[in-house]
Amino acid sequence: MKLKALLPLLAFGLLALLLARGLQLNPREIPSPLIDKPAPAFELAALHEGKPALTSAALQGRVTLLNVWASWCTPCQQEHPLLVDFAKRQPGVQLVGLNYKDQREAAQTWLRRLGDPYHAIGFDERGQLGIEFGVYGVPETFVIDRQGRIRFKHVGPLTAELMRERIEPLLKQL
Amino acid sequence: MKALLLTLLLLAGAARADDAQLDARTHALAQQLRCLVCQNQTIADSHAPLALDLKNRVRDQLAAGKTEAQVIDDLTAKYGDFVLYNPPVKPTTWLLWAGPALLGLGALAGLAWTLRRRAQQPAAAFEPDPEDGEELR
Repeated sequence: MKLKALLPLLAFGLLALLLARGLQLNPREIPSPLIDKPAPAFELAALHEGKPALTSAALQGRVTLLNVWASWCTPCQQEHPLLVDFAKRQPGVQLVGLNYKDQREAAQTWLRRLGDPYHAIGFDERGQLGIEFGVYGVPETFVIDRQGRIRFKHVGPLTAELMRERIEPLLKQL
Repeated sequence: MKALLLTLLLLAGAARADDAQLDARTHALAQQLRCLVCQNQTIADSHAPLALDLKNRVRDQLAAGKTEAQVIDDLTAKYGDFVLYNPPVKPTTWLLWAGPALLGLGALAGLAWTLRRRAQQPAAAFEPDPEDGEELR
């Protein structure tokens, strides 16, 4: 067979590889430039009245899983059981919630219904702290190390697979 | 009394002019920033809540005296280059910017090459091949 006759096949093969790789990528996902940078300094009122304010000082000295959620967010409901389970299995990791652009009443009702696994929850009513963290959708989850540096960010609901294969191995290392 | 009224009117006018200028600067900057929710729109056009939040942030920072460059730096520090509606020209985006022109040139070069090859072939090469069982007349 002439080599020239194989050229279209080769070209197709290369194109197929390129497209296959493309199908595995998510074009809407925005990688965070905050990885390995310190988490922003902040002080937020707690969601539960009477509880102390949530500050960035709380992120020092412990490994933290920061979960951004809202009562109006359906995928947050889907991932919530994983967080409830996580809090039971890994009490050494501080699970902190960031209630994003929500209403106190609705958020508290939501937690009463689905369970409250968080050590502390900040009430980010206007989403200002969310912007500091580069949040553009809910839910989003951050892994923050003992020095208060952001080490990992996941956009979208958590899955058991993600916890098992990316997050928990990372937490072990920190 | 008239002097007081005049002063108040002038001050109000000046404040409105300042506001108008702030609005104009905010709008200009907003047209350079991408809405991260409706990713094909600028935050000037998008009605997504995050777009409004970001527009307010831009406005507040400009009002506080930050320059356009500082506002842009602030947002790219949090969201990365994707928040810029026009991708910056960096080594990682050279291919993105030059791509269409390169492809166009490549197509033209291919066309020129094919045409030249055809011009060099004898006239007989353009005759149709004989059908099976027929002879070329």
